[in-house]
Amino acid sequence: MSVLVFIETEEGKIKKSSREAISYGAALGEVTALALGTVGTEELNTAGANGATKVLHVSDERLNAGLIQPYAEVLASAANHTGAEIIVTAKSSLADAVVGRVAAKLGASLVSNVVSLPDTSNGFQVKRSIYTGKAFANVSLTTDKKVLAIKKNAVEIKQDGGNAGVEAFDVNLEDNLFGAKITSTEKAEGDILLPEADIVVSGGRGLKGPENWGVIEDLAKTLGAATGCSKPVSDMDWRPHHEHVGQTGVKVSPTLYIAVGISGAIQHLAGVNSSKYIVVINKDEEAPFFKAADYGIVGDAFEVLPKLNEALKKALA
Amino acid sequence: MNILVCITHVPDTTSRIAFTNNDTEFDKNGVQFIIGPYDDYALARAVELKEQNGGKITVLNVGEADSDPTIRKALAIGADEAIRVNAFPSDSFFVANQIAAIAKDGNYDLILMGRESIDFNGGMVHGMVGELLGLPSFSPVMQLEIEGTSAKITREIEGGKEKLEVTLPFVAGCQEPIAEWKIPNMRGIMSARSKPLNVVEPTDTTTHSEISSYELPPAKGAVKMVDADNVEELVDLLKNEAKVI
Repeated sequence: MSVLVFIETEEGKIKKSSREAISYGAALGEVTALALGTVGTEELNTAGANGATKVLHVSDERLNAGLIQPYAEVLASAANHTGAEIIVTAKSSLADAVVGRVAAKLGASLVSNVVSLPDTSNGFQVKRSIYTGKAFANVSLTTDKKVLAIKKNAVEIKQDGGNAGVEAFDVNLEDNLFGAKITSTEKAEGDILLPEADIVVSGGRGLKGPENWGVIEDLAKTLGAATGCSKPVSDMDWRPHHEHVGQTGVKVSPTLYIAVGISGAIQHLAGVNSSKYIVVINKDEEAPFFKAADYGIVGDAFEVLPKLNEALKKALA
Repeated sequence: MNILVCITHVPDTTSRIAFTNNDTEFDKNGVQFIIGPYDDYALARAVELKEQNGGKITVLNVGEADSDPTIRKALAIGADEAIRVNAFPSDSFFVANQIAAIAKDGNYDLILMGRESIDFNGGMVHGMVGELLGLPSFSPVMQLEIEGTSAKITREIEGGKEKLEVTLPFVAGCQEPIAEWKIPNMRGIMSARSKPLNVVEPTDTTTHSEISSYELPPAKGAVKMVDADNVEELVDLLKNEAKVI
């Protein structure tokens, strides 16, 4: 089976979720990965370890920013070029915007938030997360071409593949695809991206103000974690919107989610219920979040967090 | 300004999710249905844009008759008329195809919807509609300002945001903080009763996928509480029991 995997890069590196998508694709068949914009050949070579046999690279500098229409055009062209039956991508803010167009171009079926390899014993069926992580659906894809957007942190990354050869791939992109002009980009640099993170430390109103976020950031630094927050915290502008975890914010699925001073409203839980382990630290022992947690501490964040940080530093040293 | 706002009819965010008929159907018993929260943001922004620029708002839902109260609520919030494509919204392609068929004849300057529905969370319909209509599509859009025939958009990206300048018409998948949710007032509720809600049949019933069954995640075990004066125990549990650090 011929598989095409869309690679997203971040600061010149292949994103972890794209390595997951390549690993997923490698379990299905021969993987050609596709990278867009300026990326080093050496970096693209490393897609081989995750299971790609070949990387097509469209080095057109106009593609350095994630532009929806040109990206969809390139993906569809590459799918036609390779004869791919399956197109795999990580589910992400960019891929969501791009792959609906790709599926419509190719007449392909599309399933998002996929959490399992396909069962091909009777057709082609995958399990997907629905109701914001509260349930799953088993879905059969009924067209020849299929597009799968894989939920982040649902696939183990394959490390034992070979070397991927990198080939230049040219697509003629008409100017009218570039009608949308990006005028500015604001981005936190060097931080671990929240949707990609293995560990997330989130703070809520219990922290009393943005000036107190140091305890969250210190703990995140020790754990190599991303920082998140609850909706009220983002609504009050204590933290930027892209850190808001929950029903109408970012849905995360880390191995460890640490919630500090967050009561655990159902809308917040909807954003974290795919986490493997949840730790809740809250001074209110009645906080509903404890019911959804694996481990809990009733205590004052400003006393518990510095102690926990020191203990973790010792354990990880 | 002629705006089409596509809305979903979905279980309230606090709903208990359960399935029936041998796990092949969603159990609607006791579930409150609402306008999709992201669609509600799109609708609220459409109402503001109409206040600024004049024009008309049409809401569109692909759904069965039980969507009608949800559609009436959108009319009460400020839409002028509504269309319901009378069909179960089987998959994202089916829904996108219905929206595109309606939009093709409507001469809309803007097609707004939520970034995703909160039942299936696919987040794919806006892109499909854009492609089917040959229009640009953007998502997730957190700010939208219109100036004549051009628009300034802020789109959320992972770890930040980007600003774009684009030309009408286009499709946008919306999210907060594009606008504040609007609560219908009494006058809105009264006038919604007499606003047109046109029910049309689907033109093309092609689907690309089928759901064979639903399942719930395994129940969570009981929480282990650790004393606040003994954080070392938590570290030990994370390291040796959960093995996550």
